[in-house]
Amino acid sequence: MGILADVRLFMIKKPEKVEIENCTMISTSPLSNQDILRVEGLKKYFPVRRGFFQNVIGWIKAVDGVELSIGRHKTLGLVGESGCGKSTIGQLILKLIDPDGGRIMYRDKEITRLSQGEIKPLRKEMQIIFQDPFGSLNPRMTVGQSIDEGLRVLHMKGHNERSERVEELMQMVGISPGAADRYPHEFSGGQRQRIGIARALSVEPSLIICDEPVSALDVSIRSQIINLLKELQDSLGLSYLFISHDLTVVGYISDSIAVMYLGQIMEYGPAGVLYDNPLHPYTVALLSAIPEPDPDDRRELKALKGEVPSPFNPPPGCKFQGRCPFVEKRCREEDVAFYQVGDGHAVRCWKVAGG
Amino acid sequence: MLSVKDLKVYFQVDGGFSRAVDGVSFEIQDGETVCLVGESGCGKSVSALTIMGILPQPPGKIIGGTIFFKGQDLLLMKEEEMQKVRGNHIAMVFQEPMTSLNPVFTIGDQIEEAIRIHERIDEAEMRKRSIQALKDVGMPSPEQRINDYPHQLSGGQRQRVMIAMALACNPDLVIADEPTTALDVTVQAQILNLFKDLQQKRRMSLLYITHDLGVVAKIADQIYVMYAGIILEKGAARDIFYNPCHPYTRALLASLPSRSKRGSKLYSIPGSVPDPAHTPKGCPFHPRCSFALESCTSQFPGMSDWGNGHFSRCPVIYDKEAGKGGN
Repeated sequence: MGILADVRLFMIKKPEKVEIENCTMISTSPLSNQDILRVEGLKKYFPVRRGFFQNVIGWIKAVDGVELSIGRHKTLGLVGESGCGKSTIGQLILKLIDPDGGRIMYRDKEITRLSQGEIKPLRKEMQIIFQDPFGSLNPRMTVGQSIDEGLRVLHMKGHNERSERVEELMQMVGISPGAADRYPHEFSGGQRQRIGIARALSVEPSLIICDEPVSALDVSIRSQIINLLKELQDSLGLSYLFISHDLTVVGYISDSIAVMYLGQIMEYGPAGVLYDNPLHPYTVALLSAIPEPDPDDRRELKALKGEVPSPFNPPPGCKFQGRCPFVEKRCREEDVAFYQVGDGHAVRCWKVAGG
Repeated sequence: MLSVKDLKVYFQVDGGFSRAVDGVSFEIQDGETVCLVGESGCGKSVSALTIMGILPQPPGKIIGGTIFFKGQDLLLMKEEEMQKVRGNHIAMVFQEPMTSLNPVFTIGDQIEEAIRIHERIDEAEMRKRSIQALKDVGMPSPEQRINDYPHQLSGGQRQRVMIAMALACNPDLVIADEPTTALDVTVQAQILNLFKDLQQKRRMSLLYITHDLGVVAKIADQIYVMYAGIILEKGAARDIFYNPCHPYTRALLASLPSRSKRGSKLYSIPGSVPDPAHTPKGCPFHPRCSFALESCTSQFPGMSDWGNGHFSRCPVIYDKEAGKGGN
């Protein structure tokens, strides 16, 4: 019976609009105006239902008030452990799911409430690269057709122009254009990820959401794809939202980094500042848990106690209270503001901010 | 304690066979941690399954080699004899704790099952042993947890249960196949610390299989670098990291991203890992190697000795200062 009840618990039915209290922003946004994308107070709650009548018994607060901005031609790294809501943010920005609160601004336009029809022209602007290069390509379409699909659906070019464009794209990502008539299963994981990138680039986007693009790849292939993403950014002037749980990759590729925990950004700042001078206890813990490839460094890894709790009906106060080594009474009672502590550096902890 | 010599395991595939493990030799001493490092498909997991005697045959076939454990060849053992070794002397921790645990039994039942096979003790004693096993791996409130089903636990807790099961009969050797790959970094750090702790307390040997060089640096005494079914380089951890002799090892280390490499291009190995059904002639790494000689395409290079037990299967001597190879 235990199993059944728990399966029910996670059977999430069609999303509903939620009344969100405390919509007033408790923080000042540390973000500048020279951005391609800005997200303010973004929220997404999923209802949890139970029982015969499928009554809503609570909410999973997947994204609970997130502030982000991505600079033009820049990379924002979004890191966090599994279940922290980082992929949900990617889906919200692309409007694949609707937010329950907050605002998404693309260039100077608010896109939060656009309908699916109104968003269609913007699909050219924003694209996504997925983690799993095996699951994200249609096995019944040749890779040429897959790359071409976006152009065809958005009526972007004539037939001949389109096949030229497909060839050009394949060359750009380092796949021989002669392979356009082959099917995804004929390619290795790294090549499939290249095809996924070509597909995203086909409609000439400005912003690409990279959702764990190198996590499924081997070490020797991973660096090829990271270099390719960097090169494309330089030559095409792309902006990236780079979602990953791998802090070494994010540290290498990002200009600025947002650290996420249970649906909120815990710390945000330029990559150098965040790595050299992390302030939030969670960021510190994450960074010190990375095993460095140096056999002389045999210090015991500083492991946080416990694991990421369920985002189902979290307690009030700081989201990190359950695992924080410095937790105090105030952390359990008050919501914590996002404090600006330096140039573009913000942290959601009143203790380190001296608030 | 364990000595694997010239192990060959091939898999039958359409119209031929794929050489998953093609002449692998390695040794593990008492209380030592040995890491098998390599990318997917290099044969590291197949080697582990063969040692445990749980390689599915067919499609797999052990073509040759010996696996000596405490003076006995495991490959010549009958299934009943192997049964006594497995769990009792050698135990395994798998990568995916969700699929390796049985969803319809409580974790207590599953730990007890491991003990029941090897020892005859009464139920109350058994329960005590299982609770102790869970305590040893740092499971919070083991008395209650023991009645839980796997789905009620988190990923890290499930991996702790897997380790508790493996350690329940005090094995001499634990084989861990990518035990932290599916876990978050903070939980990975917990599990790595746990392994180190347990190893110090029990003086067990550990064969740790992974592709993550950061993890390797943290725990390894000896490292074996595998590629396309063979060992390309072996040596003590410091030698491999600070003085890698094989171009593949050097390339792997150079291609690791880090904050300090920001702004410069990452080194990347051209091409991709060969299909084990069509490994190239000669040195399997030669099509991707920037130091390859004419002879590498036809001859399989032997092991060159660099002293201190550091061997590499490459004829090219690398000049660290000049960044070039020579003969």
